[in-house]
Amino acid sequence: MAAADELAFHEFEEASNLLAETPDAATIGGSGQLTPQGHVAVTVDSGGSNGAEEEGEESDRTALLQEKPQPGLWTFGYYQTFFDVDTSQVLNRIKGSLLPWPGHNFVRHHLRNRPDLYGPFWICATLAFVLAVTGNLTLVLAQRRDPSIHYSPQFHKVTVASVTIYCYVWLVPLALWGFLRWRKRVRERVGPYTFLETVCVYGYSLFVFIPTVVLWLIPVPWLQWLFGALALALSAASLVFAFWPVVREDTRLVAAVLLSTVVLLHALLATGCKFYFFQPLPLAPLPQATSLPPNLPPPTLRPQVT
Amino acid sequence: MAKAVESSGELGTTSPRPLFAGLSDISISQDIPVEGEITIPMRSHIREFDSSTLNESVQNTIMRDLKAVGKKFMHVLYPRKSNTLLRDWDLWGPLILCVTLALMLQRSSVDSEQDGGPQFAEVFVIIWFGAVTITVNSKLLGGNISFFQSLCVLGYCILPLTVAMLVCRLVLLAEQGPINFMVRLFVVIVMFAWSIVASTAFLADSQPPNRKALAIYPVFLFYFVISWMILTFTPQ
Repeated sequence: MAAADELAFHEFEEASNLLAETPDAATIGGSGQLTPQGHVAVTVDSGGSNGAEEEGEESDRTALLQEKPQPGLWTFGYYQTFFDVDTSQVLNRIKGSLLPWPGHNFVRHHLRNRPDLYGPFWICATLAFVLAVTGNLTLVLAQRRDPSIHYSPQFHKVTVASVTIYCYVWLVPLALWGFLRWRKRVRERVGPYTFLETVCVYGYSLFVFIPTVVLWLIPVPWLQWLFGALALALSAASLVFAFWPVVREDTRLVAAVLLSTVVLLHALLATGCKFYFFQPLPLAPLPQATSLPPNLPPPTLRPQVT
Repeated sequence: MAKAVESSGELGTTSPRPLFAGLSDISISQDIPVEGEITIPMRSHIREFDSSTLNESVQNTIMRDLKAVGKKFMHVLYPRKSNTLLRDWDLWGPLILCVTLALMLQRSSVDSEQDGGPQFAEVFVIIWFGAVTITVNSKLLGGNISFFQSLCVLGYCILPLTVAMLVCRLVLLAEQGPINFMVRLFVVIVMFAWSIVASTAFLADSQPPNRKALAIYPVFLFYFVISWMILTFTPQ
Protein backbone atom coordinates (compact mmCIF):
# COMPACT_ATOMS: atom_id res chain seq x y z
CA MET A 1 0.00 0.00 0.00
CA ALA A 2 2.78 2.40 0.96
CA ALA A 3 4.63 1.66 -2.28
CA ALA A 4 1.51 2.42 -4.32
CA ASP A 5 1.06 5.76 -2.49
CA GLU A 6 4.67 6.73 -3.14
CA LEU A 7 4.30 5.99 -6.83
CA ALA A 8 1.10 8.04 -7.06
CA PHE A 9 2.67 11.03 -5.26
CA HIS A 10 5.70 11.20 -7.60
CA GLU A 11 3.43 11.09 -10.62
CA PHE A 12 1.44 14.11 -9.39
CA GLU A 13 4.59 16.16 -8.72
CA GLU A 14 5.95 15.65 -12.21
CA ALA A 15 2.64 16.58 -13.71
CA SER A 16 2.35 19.81 -11.76
CA ASN A 17 5.95 20.75 -12.66
CA LEU A 18 5.20 20.18 -16.32
CA LEU A 19 2.09 22.34 -16.08
CA ALA A 20 3.97 25.17 -14.36
CA GLU A 21 6.51 25.27 -17.18
CA THR A 22 3.94 25.34 -19.95
CA PRO A 23 0.77 26.88 -18.59
CA ASP A 24 -0.89 26.74 -22.02
CA ALA A 25 -0.65 22.98 -22.35
CA ALA A 26 -3.93 21.15 -22.54
CA THR A 27 -4.19 18.50 -19.93
CA ILE A 28 -7.43 16.90 -21.10
CA GLY A 29 -7.74 14.99 -24.30
CA GLY A 30 -5.71 11.88 -23.73
CA SER A 31 -4.90 11.78 -20.07
CA GLY A 32 -8.39 12.04 -18.72
CA GLN A 33 -7.33 10.38 -15.50
CA LEU A 34 -4.78 13.06 -14.73
CA THR A 35 -7.28 15.85 -14.09
CA PRO A 36 -9.09 14.71 -10.94
CA GLN A 37 -5.82 13.43 -9.53
CA GLY A 38 -4.12 16.68 -10.43
CA HIS A 39 -6.77 18.53 -8.46
CA VAL A 40 -6.10 16.41 -5.41
CA ALA A 41 -2.34 16.85 -5.87
CA VAL A 42 -2.67 20.61 -5.58
CA THR A 43 -4.11 20.48 -2.10
CA VAL A 44 -1.36 18.13 -0.97
CA ASP A 45 1.45 20.00 -2.68
CA SER A 46 0.42 23.45 -1.55
CA GLY A 47 1.43 22.58 1.99
CA GLY A 48 4.98 23.16 0.77
CA SER A 49 6.73 26.38 -0.32
CA ASN A 50 4.96 29.47 -1.58
CA GLY A 51 6.44 29.22 -5.04
CA ALA A 52 5.04 25.76 -5.48
CA GLU A 53 1.67 27.00 -4.30
CA GLU A 54 1.57 29.57 -7.06
CA GLU A 55 2.36 26.99 -9.70
CA GLY A 56 -0.08 24.51 -8.23
CA GLU A 57 -2.81 27.12 -8.33
CA GLU A 58 -1.95 27.95 -11.90
CA SER A 59 -1.95 24.33 -13.03
CA ASP A 60 -5.28 23.77 -11.28
CA ARG A 61 -6.85 26.67 -13.11
CA THR A 62 -5.40 25.81 -16.49
CA ALA A 63 -6.51 22.20 -16.11
CA LEU A 64 -10.05 23.26 -15.36
CA LEU A 65 -10.23 26.02 -17.97
CA GLN A 66 -8.76 24.27 -21.00
CA GLU A 67 -11.85 22.24 -21.68
CA LYS A 68 -12.94 23.24 -25.15
CA PRO A 69 -10.68 23.50 -28.20
CA GLN A 70 -9.73 27.06 -29.18
CA PRO A 71 -11.56 28.38 -32.25
CA GLY A 72 -9.43 29.33 -35.24
CA LEU A 73 -7.86 32.74 -35.80
CA TRP A 74 -10.22 33.55 -38.67
CA THR A 75 -13.47 32.90 -36.83
CA PHE A 76 -15.47 35.51 -34.91
CA GLY A 77 -15.58 33.16 -31.91
CA TYR A 78 -11.81 33.51 -31.46
CA TYR A 79 -12.13 37.23 -30.80
CA GLN A 80 -15.16 36.70 -28.61
CA THR A 81 -12.96 34.83 -26.14
CA PHE A 82 -11.17 38.10 -25.43
CA PHE A 83 -14.42 39.84 -24.47
CA ASP A 84 -15.68 37.12 -22.18
CA VAL A 85 -16.02 39.31 -19.10
CA ASP A 86 -18.91 40.50 -16.96
CA THR A 87 -19.48 43.99 -15.58
CA SER A 88 -18.51 42.89 -12.07
CA GLN A 89 -15.24 41.36 -13.32
CA VAL A 90 -14.23 44.52 -15.16
CA LEU A 91 -14.99 46.66 -12.11
CA ASN A 92 -13.02 44.24 -9.95
CA ARG A 93 -9.98 44.48 -12.23
CA ILE A 94 -10.15 48.28 -12.23
CA LYS A 95 -10.23 48.27 -8.43
CA GLY A 96 -7.26 45.91 -8.39
CA SER A 97 -5.21 48.26 -10.55
CA LEU A 98 -6.15 51.31 -8.47
CA LEU A 99 -4.97 49.75 -5.21
CA PRO A 100 -1.72 47.91 -5.83
CA TRP A 101 -0.53 45.76 -2.99
CA PRO A 102 2.94 44.16 -2.82
CA GLY A 103 1.65 40.63 -2.33
CA HIS A 104 -1.17 40.75 -4.86
CA ASN A 105 0.04 40.12 -8.35
CA PHE A 106 -2.49 41.73 -10.71
CA VAL A 107 -2.10 39.05 -13.32
CA ARG A 108 -2.46 36.08 -11.01
CA HIS A 109 -5.07 37.39 -8.63
CA HIS A 110 -7.31 39.41 -10.90
CA LEU A 111 -6.80 38.20 -14.44
CA ARG A 112 -6.44 34.52 -13.48
CA ASN A 113 -5.40 33.45 -16.96
CA ARG A 114 -8.42 35.12 -18.55
CA PRO A 115 -7.14 38.39 -19.98
CA ASP A 116 -9.69 40.55 -21.74
CA LEU A 117 -9.37 43.25 -24.38
CA TYR A 118 -12.50 45.18 -23.36
CA GLY A 119 -10.80 46.95 -20.42
CA PRO A 120 -7.62 48.14 -22.18
CA PHE A 121 -9.46 49.26 -25.34
CA TRP A 122 -12.17 51.34 -23.68
CA ILE A 123 -9.92 52.72 -20.95
CA CYS A 124 -7.56 54.00 -23.68
CA ALA A 125 -10.46 55.47 -25.67
CA THR A 126 -11.86 57.19 -22.58
CA LEU A 127 -8.45 58.54 -21.61
CA ALA A 128 -7.82 59.92 -25.10
CA PHE A 129 -11.15 61.75 -25.22
CA VAL A 130 -10.92 62.96 -21.62
CA LEU A 131 -7.45 64.39 -22.34
CA ALA A 132 -8.71 66.27 -25.40
CA VAL A 133 -11.86 67.50 -23.66
CA THR A 134 -10.16 68.72 -20.48
CA GLY A 135 -7.34 70.30 -22.46
CA ASN A 136 -9.96 72.24 -24.39
CA LEU A 137 -11.80 73.16 -21.15
CA THR A 138 -8.56 74.47 -19.65
CA LEU A 139 -8.21 76.79 -22.61
CA VAL A 140 -11.81 77.99 -22.22
CA LEU A 141 -11.37 78.69 -18.50
CA ALA A 142 -8.04 80.41 -19.09
CA GLN A 143 -9.61 82.65 -21.72
CA ARG A 144 -12.32 83.75 -19.28
CA ARG A 145 -9.70 84.88 -16.81
CA ASP A 146 -7.36 86.43 -19.37
CA PRO A 147 -9.04 87.57 -22.60
CA SER A 148 -5.75 87.90 -24.45
CA ILE A 149 -5.58 84.14 -24.92
CA HIS A 150 -6.85 82.90 -28.23
CA TYR A 151 -9.47 80.16 -28.00
CA SER A 152 -9.97 77.52 -30.66
CA PRO A 153 -11.50 74.04 -30.50
CA GLN A 154 -8.13 72.36 -31.34
CA PHE A 155 -9.73 69.27 -32.70
CA HIS A 156 -6.49 67.78 -34.02
CA LYS A 157 -5.45 67.06 -30.42
CA VAL A 158 -7.99 64.25 -30.27
CA THR A 159 -6.14 62.45 -33.05
CA VAL A 160 -2.77 62.99 -31.40
CA ALA A 161 -4.04 61.79 -28.02
CA SER A 162 -5.65 58.62 -29.31
CA VAL A 163 -2.69 57.63 -31.51
CA THR A 164 -0.21 58.18 -28.66
CA ILE A 165 -2.13 56.22 -26.08
CA TYR A 166 -3.00 53.30 -28.31
CA CYS A 167 0.59 53.01 -29.53
CA TYR A 168 1.80 53.07 -25.94
CA VAL A 169 -0.56 50.31 -24.82
CA TRP A 170 0.29 48.08 -27.80
CA LEU A 171 3.96 48.67 -28.60
CA VAL A 172 5.47 48.87 -25.11
CA PRO A 173 3.87 45.57 -23.95
CA LEU A 174 5.01 44.00 -27.23
CA ALA A 175 8.60 45.03 -26.54
CA LEU A 176 8.37 43.94 -22.91
CA TRP A 177 6.84 40.59 -23.77
CA GLY A 178 9.47 39.94 -26.43
CA PHE A 179 12.23 40.80 -24.00
CA LEU A 180 10.81 38.58 -21.26
CA ARG A 181 10.44 35.64 -23.61
CA TRP A 182 14.04 36.09 -24.75
CA ARG A 183 15.19 35.95 -21.15
CA LYS A 184 12.99 32.94 -20.45
CA ARG A 185 15.88 30.50 -20.54
CA VAL A 186 17.43 32.19 -17.49
CA ARG A 187 14.38 31.61 -15.30
CA GLU A 188 13.61 28.15 -13.99
CA ARG A 189 10.19 28.00 -12.46
CA VAL A 190 7.78 30.78 -13.31
CA GLY A 191 6.71 31.11 -16.93
CA PRO A 192 6.39 34.50 -18.62
CA TYR A 193 3.06 36.22 -19.15
CA THR A 194 1.27 35.96 -22.45
CA PHE A 195 1.14 39.03 -24.68
CA LEU A 196 -2.50 39.70 -23.85
CA GLU A 197 -1.86 39.58 -20.12
CA THR A 198 0.87 42.21 -20.55
CA VAL A 199 -1.47 44.42 -22.60
CA CYS A 200 -4.11 43.95 -19.90
CA VAL A 201 -1.76 45.04 -17.13
CA TYR A 202 -0.76 48.17 -19.03
CA GLY A 203 -4.33 49.00 -20.06
CA TYR A 204 -5.79 48.72 -16.59
CA SER A 205 -2.86 50.62 -15.07
CA LEU A 206 -3.79 53.65 -17.19
CA PHE A 207 -7.21 53.90 -15.52
CA VAL A 208 -5.91 56.00 -12.61
CA PHE A 209 -5.00 58.78 -15.06
CA ILE A 210 -8.63 59.41 -16.00
CA PRO A 211 -9.68 61.10 -12.72
CA THR A 212 -6.25 62.74 -12.53
CA VAL A 213 -6.72 64.42 -15.89
CA VAL A 214 -10.12 65.72 -14.78
CA LEU A 215 -8.51 67.07 -11.60
CA TRP A 216 -5.89 68.86 -13.71
CA LEU A 217 -8.63 71.39 -14.53
CA ILE A 218 -7.87 73.09 -11.22
CA PRO A 219 -5.50 75.88 -12.26
CA VAL A 220 -3.13 75.64 -9.27
CA PRO A 221 0.28 74.47 -10.63
CA TRP A 222 1.68 72.73 -7.55
CA LEU A 223 -1.62 70.87 -7.05
CA GLN A 224 -1.46 69.67 -10.65
CA TRP A 225 2.06 68.35 -10.17
CA LEU A 226 1.01 66.69 -6.89
CA PHE A 227 -1.90 64.88 -8.53
CA GLY A 228 0.31 63.87 -11.42
CA ALA A 229 2.95 62.46 -9.12
CA LEU A 230 0.34 60.53 -7.10
CA ALA A 231 -1.21 59.01 -10.21
CA LEU A 232 2.18 58.11 -11.63
CA ALA A 233 3.19 56.46 -8.35
CA LEU A 234 0.01 54.35 -8.18
CA SER A 235 0.18 53.36 -11.81
CA ALA A 236 3.88 52.54 -11.81
CA ALA A 237 3.51 50.58 -8.55
CA SER A 238 0.79 48.48 -10.13
CA LEU A 239 3.08 47.72 -13.08
CA VAL A 240 6.11 46.95 -10.93
CA PHE A 241 4.21 44.61 -8.59
CA ALA A 242 2.83 42.78 -11.61
CA PHE A 243 6.22 42.22 -13.22
CA TRP A 244 8.34 41.67 -10.12
CA PRO A 245 7.63 37.92 -9.74
CA VAL A 246 8.62 37.30 -13.34
CA VAL A 247 11.80 39.31 -13.16
CA ARG A 248 13.08 38.54 -9.68
CA GLU A 249 14.76 35.29 -10.72
CA ASP A 250 16.76 37.02 -13.39
CA THR A 251 20.11 38.67 -12.73
CA ARG A 252 19.91 41.80 -10.61
CA LEU A 253 21.15 44.06 -13.37
CA VAL A 254 18.55 42.93 -15.86
CA ALA A 255 15.76 43.18 -13.29
CA ALA A 256 16.75 46.69 -12.22
CA VAL A 257 17.14 47.93 -15.79
CA LEU A 258 13.82 46.44 -16.88
CA LEU A 259 11.80 47.84 -14.02
CA SER A 260 13.35 51.26 -14.24
CA THR A 261 12.70 51.36 -18.00
CA VAL A 262 9.05 50.51 -17.38
CA VAL A 263 8.70 53.28 -14.80
CA LEU A 264 10.59 55.76 -16.97
CA LEU A 265 8.40 55.17 -20.03
CA HIS A 266 5.31 55.60 -17.89
CA ALA A 267 6.61 58.85 -16.45
CA LEU A 268 7.43 60.05 -19.95
CA LEU A 269 3.85 59.41 -21.05
CA ALA A 270 2.40 61.27 -18.07
CA THR A 271 4.61 64.35 -18.40
CA GLY A 272 4.25 64.38 -22.17
CA CYS A 273 0.48 64.45 -21.86
CA LYS A 274 0.63 67.19 -19.24
CA PHE A 275 2.84 69.42 -21.36
CA TYR A 276 1.11 68.85 -24.67
CA PHE A 277 -2.48 69.21 -23.50
CA PHE A 278 -2.28 71.62 -20.59
CA GLN A 279 0.73 73.91 -20.56
CA PRO A 280 1.00 76.11 -23.63
CA LEU A 281 -1.58 78.86 -23.78
CA PRO A 282 -1.53 80.48 -27.22
CA LEU A 283 -1.78 84.27 -27.38
CA ALA A 284 -4.27 85.88 -29.73
CA PRO A 285 -2.80 87.64 -32.80
CA LEU A 286 -5.34 90.53 -32.82
CA PRO A 287 -4.76 92.02 -29.32
CA GLN A 288 -1.03 92.32 -30.16
CA ALA A 289 -1.92 94.50 -33.17
CA THR A 290 -4.22 96.70 -31.10
CA SER A 291 -1.48 97.22 -28.49
CA LEU A 292 0.44 99.39 -30.99
CA PRO A 293 -2.00 102.35 -31.37
CA PRO A 294 -2.06 103.16 -27.60
CA ASN A 295 1.70 103.80 -27.92
CA LEU A 296 1.20 106.47 -30.57
CA PRO A 297 -1.09 109.08 -28.89
CA PRO A 298 1.21 109.99 -25.91
CA PRO A 299 4.01 111.48 -28.13
CA THR A 300 1.46 113.56 -30.08
CA LEU A 301 -0.34 114.70 -26.91
CA ARG A 302 2.77 116.26 -25.44
CA PRO A 303 2.98 119.30 -27.74
CA GLN A 304 -0.72 119.97 -27.10
CA VAL A 305 -0.33 119.84 -23.34
CA THR A 306 2.59 122.24 -23.34
CA MET B 1 -66.87 6.23 -41.94
CA ALA B 2 -68.11 3.16 -40.08
CA LYS B 3 -64.70 1.55 -40.30
CA ALA B 4 -63.04 4.62 -38.84
CA VAL B 5 -65.44 4.72 -35.89
CA GLU B 6 -64.84 1.07 -35.20
CA SER B 7 -61.11 1.45 -35.08
CA SER B 8 -61.30 4.53 -32.89
CA GLY B 9 -63.64 2.59 -30.62
CA GLU B 10 -60.96 -0.06 -30.38
CA LEU B 11 -58.41 2.56 -29.42
CA GLY B 12 -60.72 3.89 -26.71
CA THR B 13 -61.25 0.58 -24.95
CA THR B 14 -57.73 -0.83 -25.12
CA SER B 15 -55.64 1.90 -23.45
CA PRO B 16 -52.34 0.04 -22.97
CA ARG B 17 -51.90 -0.17 -26.75
CA PRO B 18 -49.08 2.08 -28.07
CA LEU B 19 -49.96 5.46 -29.49
CA PHE B 20 -51.01 5.69 -33.13
CA ALA B 21 -51.06 1.92 -33.38
CA GLY B 22 -54.59 1.97 -34.72
CA LEU B 23 -53.90 4.42 -37.51
CA SER B 24 -52.99 1.77 -39.98
CA ASP B 25 -56.48 0.33 -39.55
CA ILE B 26 -58.21 3.47 -40.69
CA SER B 27 -58.99 3.65 -44.36
CA ILE B 28 -60.61 6.52 -46.17
CA SER B 29 -63.66 5.34 -47.98
CA GLN B 30 -64.68 6.63 -51.32
CA ASP B 31 -67.62 8.68 -50.12
CA ILE B 32 -65.56 11.28 -48.26
CA PRO B 33 -64.81 14.04 -50.72
CA VAL B 34 -61.29 15.37 -50.38
CA GLU B 35 -60.81 18.21 -52.74
CA GLY B 36 -60.08 21.88 -52.78
CA GLU B 37 -57.49 24.39 -53.79
CA ILE B 38 -54.11 24.91 -52.21
CA THR B 39 -52.97 28.45 -52.82
CA ILE B 40 -50.53 30.65 -50.97
CA PRO B 41 -52.16 34.06 -50.86
CA MET B 42 -48.89 35.82 -49.91
CA ARG B 43 -47.09 34.97 -53.11
CA SER B 44 -49.65 36.53 -55.39
CA HIS B 45 -49.72 39.58 -53.16
CA ILE B 46 -45.96 40.01 -53.36
CA ARG B 47 -45.92 39.56 -57.07
CA GLU B 48 -48.51 42.24 -57.40
CA PHE B 49 -46.46 44.47 -55.13
CA ASP B 50 -43.24 43.93 -57.10
CA SER B 51 -44.68 44.75 -60.46
CA SER B 52 -46.41 47.83 -59.16
CA THR B 53 -43.30 49.46 -57.67
CA LEU B 54 -41.72 49.50 -61.10
CA ASN B 55 -44.68 51.27 -62.58
CA GLU B 56 -45.43 53.76 -59.86
CA SER B 57 -44.33 57.35 -60.04
CA VAL B 58 -41.04 58.53 -58.57
CA GLN B 59 -42.93 60.68 -56.11
CA ASN B 60 -44.60 57.60 -54.64
CA THR B 61 -41.30 55.81 -54.17
CA ILE B 62 -39.63 58.75 -52.51
CA MET B 63 -42.61 59.51 -50.29
CA ARG B 64 -42.78 55.90 -49.12
CA ASP B 65 -39.13 55.96 -48.04
CA LEU B 66 -39.48 59.40 -46.49
CA LYS B 67 -42.53 58.27 -44.55
CA ALA B 68 -40.61 55.27 -43.21
CA VAL B 69 -37.77 57.54 -42.13
CA GLY B 70 -40.22 59.99 -40.57
CA LYS B 71 -41.97 57.23 -38.67
CA LYS B 72 -38.66 56.17 -37.17
CA PHE B 73 -37.88 59.78 -36.23
CA MET B 74 -41.12 59.78 -34.23
CA HIS B 75 -40.08 56.58 -32.49
CA VAL B 76 -36.80 58.18 -31.49
CA LEU B 77 -38.43 61.39 -30.26
CA TYR B 78 -40.91 59.47 -28.11
CA PRO B 79 -38.89 56.44 -27.06
CA ARG B 80 -40.69 53.47 -25.69
CA LYS B 81 -39.80 49.83 -25.94
CA SER B 82 -40.74 48.84 -29.45
CA ASN B 83 -39.26 46.80 -32.25
CA THR B 84 -39.90 49.11 -35.17
CA LEU B 85 -36.36 50.42 -35.48
CA LEU B 86 -34.95 46.94 -35.19
CA ARG B 87 -37.40 45.17 -37.47
CA ASP B 88 -37.41 47.48 -40.49
CA TRP B 89 -33.98 48.96 -40.25
CA ASP B 90 -32.70 51.32 -42.89
CA LEU B 91 -29.65 53.55 -43.12
CA TRP B 92 -31.22 56.53 -44.92
CA GLY B 93 -32.10 58.29 -41.69
CA PRO B 94 -28.61 57.98 -40.19
CA LEU B 95 -27.07 59.22 -43.44
CA ILE B 96 -29.32 62.29 -43.59
CA LEU B 97 -28.64 63.09 -39.92
CA CYS B 98 -24.90 62.55 -40.19
CA VAL B 99 -24.52 64.72 -43.27
CA THR B 100 -26.65 67.50 -41.71
CA LEU B 101 -24.64 67.45 -38.49
CA ALA B 102 -21.29 67.36 -40.29
CA LEU B 103 -22.28 70.26 -42.56
CA MET B 104 -23.31 72.36 -39.58
CA LEU B 105 -20.19 71.53 -37.56
CA GLN B 106 -17.77 72.25 -40.36
CA ARG B 107 -15.34 75.00 -39.58
CA SER B 108 -15.07 77.94 -41.91
CA SER B 109 -12.11 78.15 -44.25
CA VAL B 110 -10.94 81.46 -42.78
CA ASP B 111 -9.42 79.68 -39.79
CA SER B 112 -5.88 78.35 -39.85
CA GLU B 113 -5.50 74.68 -40.63
CA GLN B 114 -4.16 73.67 -37.23
CA ASP B 115 -6.33 75.08 -34.55
CA GLY B 116 -9.86 74.82 -35.76
CA GLY B 117 -12.90 72.72 -35.14
CA PRO B 118 -13.53 69.45 -36.93
CA GLN B 119 -13.75 69.23 -40.68
CA PHE B 120 -16.65 67.57 -42.47
CA ALA B 121 -14.65 64.39 -43.01
CA GLU B 122 -13.58 64.22 -39.37
CA VAL B 123 -17.16 64.40 -38.10
CA PHE B 124 -18.32 61.87 -40.67
CA VAL B 125 -15.53 59.45 -39.76
CA ILE B 126 -16.11 59.84 -36.02
CA ILE B 127 -19.82 59.13 -36.32
CA TRP B 128 -19.57 56.14 -38.63
CA PHE B 129 -16.47 54.55 -37.13
CA GLY B 130 -17.80 55.18 -33.66
CA ALA B 131 -21.07 53.44 -34.52
CA VAL B 132 -19.22 50.51 -36.14
CA THR B 133 -16.92 50.14 -33.12
CA ILE B 134 -19.84 50.12 -30.70
CA THR B 135 -21.66 47.53 -32.81
CA VAL B 136 -18.61 45.26 -33.01
CA ASN B 137 -18.12 45.67 -29.27
CA SER B 138 -21.69 44.67 -28.46
CA LYS B 139 -21.49 41.68 -30.77
CA LEU B 140 -18.20 40.56 -29.20
CA LEU B 141 -19.76 40.79 -25.76
CA GLY B 142 -22.42 38.35 -26.90
CA GLY B 143 -25.33 40.55 -27.92
CA ASN B 144 -27.88 39.10 -30.33
CA ILE B 145 -28.50 42.11 -32.50
CA SER B 146 -27.46 42.22 -36.12
CA PHE B 147 -24.78 44.58 -37.41
CA PHE B 148 -27.04 46.86 -39.44
CA GLN B 149 -29.81 46.95 -36.85
CA SER B 150 -27.36 48.35 -34.35
CA LEU B 151 -25.99 50.90 -36.84
CA CYS B 152 -29.57 51.93 -37.61
CA VAL B 153 -30.47 52.51 -33.95
CA LEU B 154 -27.26 54.43 -33.17
CA GLY B 155 -27.67 56.59 -36.27
CA TYR B 156 -31.32 57.45 -35.62
CA CYS B 157 -30.60 58.36 -32.00
CA ILE B 158 -28.36 61.19 -33.20
CA LEU B 159 -31.60 63.06 -34.05
CA PRO B 160 -31.89 64.86 -30.66
CA LEU B 161 -28.29 66.05 -30.97
CA THR B 162 -28.92 67.35 -34.51
CA VAL B 163 -31.86 69.33 -33.13
CA ALA B 164 -29.52 70.63 -30.41
CA MET B 165 -27.04 71.74 -33.09
CA LEU B 166 -29.78 73.66 -34.93
CA VAL B 167 -30.83 75.37 -31.71
CA CYS B 168 -27.21 76.21 -30.85
CA ARG B 169 -26.64 77.79 -34.25
CA LEU B 170 -29.75 79.92 -33.83
CA VAL B 171 -28.75 80.94 -30.29
CA LEU B 172 -25.25 81.87 -31.51
CA LEU B 173 -26.78 84.45 -33.85
CA ALA B 174 -27.64 86.46 -30.75
CA GLU B 175 -25.14 88.29 -28.57
CA GLN B 176 -22.31 86.18 -27.10
CA GLY B 177 -21.96 85.97 -23.35
CA PRO B 178 -22.39 83.76 -20.32
CA ILE B 179 -26.19 83.56 -20.71
CA ASN B 180 -25.70 82.43 -24.31
CA PHE B 181 -23.35 79.71 -23.12
CA MET B 182 -25.70 78.57 -20.33
CA VAL B 183 -28.61 78.22 -22.72
CA ARG B 184 -26.51 76.19 -25.13
CA LEU B 185 -25.15 74.03 -22.31
CA PHE B 186 -28.65 73.32 -21.02
CA VAL B 187 -29.99 72.40 -24.48
CA VAL B 188 -27.02 70.12 -25.24
CA ILE B 189 -27.26 68.33 -21.88
CA VAL B 190 -31.00 67.70 -22.29
CA MET B 191 -30.58 66.38 -25.84
CA PHE B 192 -27.61 64.21 -24.79
CA ALA B 193 -29.72 62.60 -22.07
CA TRP B 194 -32.55 62.11 -24.58
CA SER B 195 -30.21 60.34 -27.03
CA ILE B 196 -28.91 58.02 -24.33
CA VAL B 197 -32.41 57.15 -23.12
CA ALA B 198 -33.64 56.51 -26.66
CA SER B 199 -30.74 54.26 -27.66
CA THR B 200 -30.84 52.38 -24.35
CA ALA B 201 -34.55 51.69 -24.82
CA PHE B 202 -33.80 49.99 -28.13
CA LEU B 203 -30.46 48.35 -27.46
CA ALA B 204 -30.57 47.20 -23.85
CA ASP B 205 -32.72 44.14 -24.40
CA SER B 206 -30.37 42.54 -26.86
CA GLN B 207 -27.47 42.24 -24.42
CA PRO B 208 -26.81 39.45 -21.92
CA PRO B 209 -28.06 40.64 -18.51
CA ASN B 210 -24.75 40.75 -16.64
CA ARG B 211 -23.01 42.77 -19.37
CA LYS B 212 -25.53 45.51 -20.04
CA ALA B 213 -23.37 48.22 -18.48
CA LEU B 214 -20.37 47.09 -20.52
CA ALA B 215 -22.34 47.46 -23.75
CA ILE B 216 -24.04 50.77 -22.86
CA TYR B 217 -20.92 52.63 -21.67
CA PRO B 218 -19.43 53.02 -25.20
CA VAL B 219 -22.76 54.48 -26.37
CA PHE B 220 -22.49 57.02 -23.56
CA LEU B 221 -18.92 57.91 -24.63
CA PHE B 222 -19.97 58.22 -28.29
CA TYR B 223 -22.82 60.66 -27.64
CA PHE B 224 -20.65 62.55 -25.13
CA VAL B 225 -18.02 63.19 -27.80
CA ILE B 226 -20.65 64.37 -30.30
CA SER B 227 -22.21 66.65 -27.64
CA TRP B 228 -18.77 68.07 -26.91
CA MET B 229 -18.22 68.89 -30.58
CA ILE B 230 -21.60 70.65 -30.68
CA LEU B 231 -20.97 72.61 -27.49
CA THR B 232 -17.54 73.88 -28.50
CA PHE B 233 -18.68 75.03 -31.93
CA THR B 234 -17.85 78.69 -32.41
CA PRO B 235 -18.69 80.49 -35.64
CA GLN B 236 -15.80 82.59 -36.93
